[in-house]
Amino acid sequence: MIILTGNDLKTGAVVWWTGRAWSLQVDDAVDVGDQADAIARSEEAARHVNVPYAIEAEQTADGVRPAHIKDRVRALGPTVRPDLTLKPADPEAGNWVI
Amino acid sequence: MYRYDQYDQAMVDARVEEFRDQAQRRLEGKLTEDQFKPLRLMNGLYLQLHAYMLRVAVPYGTLSSTQMRALADIAEKYDRGYGHFTTRQNIQYNWIKLEDAADILADLATVEMHAIQTSGNCIRNISSDHFAGAAADEVADPRPYAELLRQWSSFHPEFSYLPRKFKFCVIASETDRAAMRLHDIGIRIVERDGELGAQFYVGGGMGRTPMIAPMIRDFVPLDQLVTYAEACLRVYNRHGRRDNKYKARIKILVHELGAEEYTRQVGEEFAHLLDQGIEPPLAELERIKGYFGDPDLPETGEEIDRSDPDFALWVERNTHPHKVPGHVAAVISLKPVGGIPGDATAEQMRLMADLAERYSHDELRVMHTQNIVLPHVAEADLAAIWKKLAEAGLAAPNLDTVEDIIACPGLDYCSLANARSIPVAQKISERFAATGKTGELGQLKLKISGCINACGHHHAGHIGILGVDRKGVENYQLLLGGSEAEDCSLGKITGPGFDEAGVVDAIETVTDLYLRERTDGERFLDTYRRIGMEPFKEALYG
Repeated sequence: MIILTGNDLKTGAVVWWTGRAWSLQVDDAVDVGDQADAIARSEEAARHVNVPYAIEAEQTADGVRPAHIKDRVRALGPTVRPDLTLKPADPEAGNWVI
Repeated sequence: MYRYDQYDQAMVDARVEEFRDQAQRRLEGKLTEDQFKPLRLMNGLYLQLHAYMLRVAVPYGTLSSTQMRALADIAEKYDRGYGHFTTRQNIQYNWIKLEDAADILADLATVEMHAIQTSGNCIRNISSDHFAGAAADEVADPRPYAELLRQWSSFHPEFSYLPRKFKFCVIASETDRAAMRLHDIGIRIVERDGELGAQFYVGGGMGRTPMIAPMIRDFVPLDQLVTYAEACLRVYNRHGRRDNKYKARIKILVHELGAEEYTRQVGEEFAHLLDQGIEPPLAELERIKGYFGDPDLPETGEEIDRSDPDFALWVERNTHPHKVPGHVAAVISLKPVGGIPGDATAEQMRLMADLAERYSHDELRVMHTQNIVLPHVAEADLAAIWKKLAEAGLAAPNLDTVEDIIACPGLDYCSLANARSIPVAQKISERFAATGKTGELGQLKLKISGCINACGHHHAGHIGILGVDRKGVENYQLLLGGSEAEDCSLGKITGPGFDEAGVVDAIETVTDLYLRERTDGERFLDTYRRIGMEPFKEALYG
């Protein structure tokens, strides 16, 4: 699947396109198919997101998993500070990235 | 320490308000990201992997306690309670919001700090010896010269849009504690027949094309220092490539022209500039020097009690001789076992500020090795300092050991990185702490970068590690034989890379070989230089 990501303009937080809005959770991301560029242009113009770009991902039983490690790090947070990730209660969360 | 005058303060305050307006226009959609990006970068604001990242300038690494406390306040108020000290002697915050950025710059301005020229194709923060003004072996305090160059280069219209970023370093000792020859311009203040002058080394750097700067001029009189620097920059600005960012650094120009031809052209430009009157009068240098006067330290010869072995080890490894007997420069390690090199919490920053205020004449230094220095400490106060540091997890006795690792933020934070650096550093420090070999190995400088840009100085590590992306998987190349010191050399790759666990094993393989092969008094680097790469390759790959 192709999903769309970017950073929130005001906060810089990593966000994922849900089909209607932007979410902090990669699991909310939807397959945008060949619409990535159009959505990116429109959302960037509306100042909802900064530097959006499309990436490859996989829909797994555990949720959406970006294909590249860099985007998995973006989706979770730094692997070296579990407390700063989106899953601070799960000390094993970093293993999802590798 | 240099203090802003009314002009400095007015400039920085005006810049804050200028940026506040620019950021507001971006948030309102009046500027596109393409338009805004160069403006935010001029104020040290990047967009990184997880958020905006702000890089704050710490000129030549010198801070007051008040400034360190302000950095702690910013970490708590606007970030996630910590900051990251960098190999450029700066500090970075990783979780900044655009809507807060101008307020942060305003807070910095109240303590004479800013983020100007910490990014962009301009002259960046000037680095120096972290023991400047305290070291027993220096011919002068190098910081007034760094400050003079800072004032000359800040907002310099001719050098605000160079072909690429540009890094100066100024030292004043034979011993190089600042990687001087791995800068675009490295300056060593030297003494000849009782007169001080400047040696210029031009065209060094790491990154994808590492080079050691050749010396192009062995003595520039101090009343021509800025003029000669301007001549070096002018030739680069005129001829440096702008068609290819990977070939745009001055090291490429010096290499392609040849040091001799580059020096000739600089000489021509220098002669042209000498009568243009750009050099500030020596009285201005003396004015600046006045801010860097030696603190009043009474000489003492009292022996300290080293009966506590942990304290004794910390004193042995983490202090450096001071020019005033009875005093030392004390290094606070930001490398606890399993920790993130260079990170400090707001509480730790405040403790360091308190210790500096009470015991180090209100001064701190950021080291390019990502540690902090208390530069002027009476030996009699070391025990009290050590106890406070130990309570805060800041007393790791590991300076210049295999656990004192430089690591860039890597793929955990940096949008340019290809592999993570920090977990590798953590695992190596844990491995050696567990095996107890750290002390036996002696001086061993280990440096890790998560990409070819070499922010972790891997080329200059006695042992270097470079993280690369191999078909979407992190892979770590091992380099041996680098040094950023006065015996400057570039490391060589051993062979095929390793995975994360494999590279930790590989480091132990290499160090075990060193322990078997070394002769009395040899550092790892000495043994490598004596026996060469082959035995290490054989041990690693069979």
